[in-house]
Amino acid sequence: MAEGLRAEQVRLPAPQGLILDPVLVVQAVVSGLLFGGVYSLMAIGLTLIFGVMRVVNFAHGDLMVWAMYLAWLGATRFGVDPYVGFVGAAAILFVAGFAIQRQLVDRIVDAPHEMQILLMLGVALVLENTALVAFGPEPQRVRTPLTQAALWLGPVFVDVGRLVTFAVAIALTLALSLFLYRSDIGRQMRAVADNGYGAQVIGTDVRRISALAFAVGAACVGAAGALVAPLLPFQPPTGLQLSVTSFNIVIIGGMGSLLGAFMGGLLVSVAESLGAVFLNPSMKELVSFALLVVILLVRPAGLFGRRAI
Amino acid sequence: MLLALPMVLSSYLVTVFVLIFFYAYLGQAWNIVGGYAGQLSAGHAAFVGVGAYAAAVLSLSAGLTPWVGMFVGGTVAAVLGGFIGFLGFRFGLRGFYFVLLTVAFAEMCRIVANNLEWIGGAVGLYITFTGNPWQFQFQDSRAYYYIALGLMVAATAVAAAIERRRFGVYLSAIREDEGAAEAVGVPTFRYKMFAMIVSSFLTGVGGTFYAFYLFSLQPNTVFGIPLSVEIIIRPIVGGAGTLFGPIVGSFILSPLAELTRFYFAAGGGWAGVHLIVYGVLLVVVVLFFPQGAVPWLRRLLRTQA
Repeated sequence: MAEGLRAEQVRLPAPQGLILDPVLVVQAVVSGLLFGGVYSLMAIGLTLIFGVMRVVNFAHGDLMVWAMYLAWLGATRFGVDPYVGFVGAAAILFVAGFAIQRQLVDRIVDAPHEMQILLMLGVALVLENTALVAFGPEPQRVRTPLTQAALWLGPVFVDVGRLVTFAVAIALTLALSLFLYRSDIGRQMRAVADNGYGAQVIGTDVRRISALAFAVGAACVGAAGALVAPLLPFQPPTGLQLSVTSFNIVIIGGMGSLLGAFMGGLLVSVAESLGAVFLNPSMKELVSFALLVVILLVRPAGLFGRRAI
Repeated sequence: MLLALPMVLSSYLVTVFVLIFFYAYLGQAWNIVGGYAGQLSAGHAAFVGVGAYAAAVLSLSAGLTPWVGMFVGGTVAAVLGGFIGFLGFRFGLRGFYFVLLTVAFAEMCRIVANNLEWIGGAVGLYITFTGNPWQFQFQDSRAYYYIALGLMVAATAVAAAIERRRFGVYLSAIREDEGAAEAVGVPTFRYKMFAMIVSSFLTGVGGTFYAFYLFSLQPNTVFGIPLSVEIIIRPIVGGAGTLFGPIVGSFILSPLAELTRFYFAAGGGWAGVHLIVYGVLLVVVVLFFPQGAVPWLRRLLRTQA
């Protein structure tokens, strides 16, 4: 969320009116794209949970903030670098996601949608405010040596922390798609997402697959949270902002579409990064909201959605 | 009975009752679209905020009396509600699009209000107290009591009128099975839009009361998700889609919220506790009393009789 700030730190000229400085644009696109890997990973987690269970995970951003706090605890208490610690954060969130599905969501799978959304809203409130009580309202940031380093590609500045975050996020996304398309459990998840009843008829344990899907989705957002912790100052209310951003991304990309979530994450991140440079940095989210409204007007199924849902 | 009550109550209890009535009013307004029509809006704070800002800005800059400004605020909120409804209800998009849109729009309003300097930016707006009834300001806090009571009764009358007419029947049909309602010829899009517009108008009018009761408006509180949760949780606990659900819910929760705030917020550092309580309450209600308190009470009374 600090793209605008960063652009200033590297002494780039402030935009004068609407004169487009090509270097500035390229800079914003590069840093947006690098940040976007995390958005993609976060949105893939949401779309996986939605696709398999048709449950909108309102607590998505709050799970992510908890992963950030876990990375922060790991870094400050145990000296674990977040670029290593993300594995632990993902594992813990995997268990948390499994538990949320088994203990709560599973009880009301047949209830109307609104009930599931309210349930997840309740979980989100508990998560956010427990974080507030436990860690306080002050913004935190995880420090790692990598965020101090930088590369220059000609006139364009590349933050090494961002580059590593991007690389790991992309690697995890690839691993996840291998899992979903090549492994047996992954295939079953896609089968349940396609047609839950049909999958049950041919012998899939839908409850187990659902719990695993929720767990994998939570692990995605856990890894994303820990990876972004060095780049993004966070506090408990950040969770809601991240939830809303993930909703935007999956609607823009197409609800339930993995490719849509991936591309949508990059697109929204680049758009926000450009918005932060050319508008006020605190208004960058408006760019993604504008994108959302345009998509809903023109192509309600989303960019990569197969059909109108 | 409620009319005579302020004569015997302490001023603190009058305040508690103002909150009970006001949140029952907002809950009833939400109930029209969220309860009867079953279209869950999780961003109703947007309408409170838009209505509050419209009335407050008109009063501060143009000297327009809030008694007129509240209808301007309601209208602006209704236009916003109509736009959100149009985006969310078109093309038979499923319900969750609407939910996500309402949250997104509330956040968008919050960000815009934080960045517009001429409406006070992040600092917000402050209304100086003059005690002039024409400016919706009263020396006697009991005036707010009667206004809030009036608002609650008016919104309940609107909900009752809707419930008894074809409009209400259509809304219940949409809530229970939208596909079937469509198939038997209910113009679902049109009626969902009507419900949304009525609901956002009433909520926007409530925004004016909010602004002139508290004398200040900050984007983060008036557009924030905690306010949306306050609006939703009362009808859900009381019984969404029932006439008295929002009122029963508010009589249960508003004093409870006031108590937790009194005990925890005063100590500092415990600011989140009452929202944790709300979160747990939402989970418990959804899992164990999905219909809320009113249908449960009704069954209880029937078995007694």
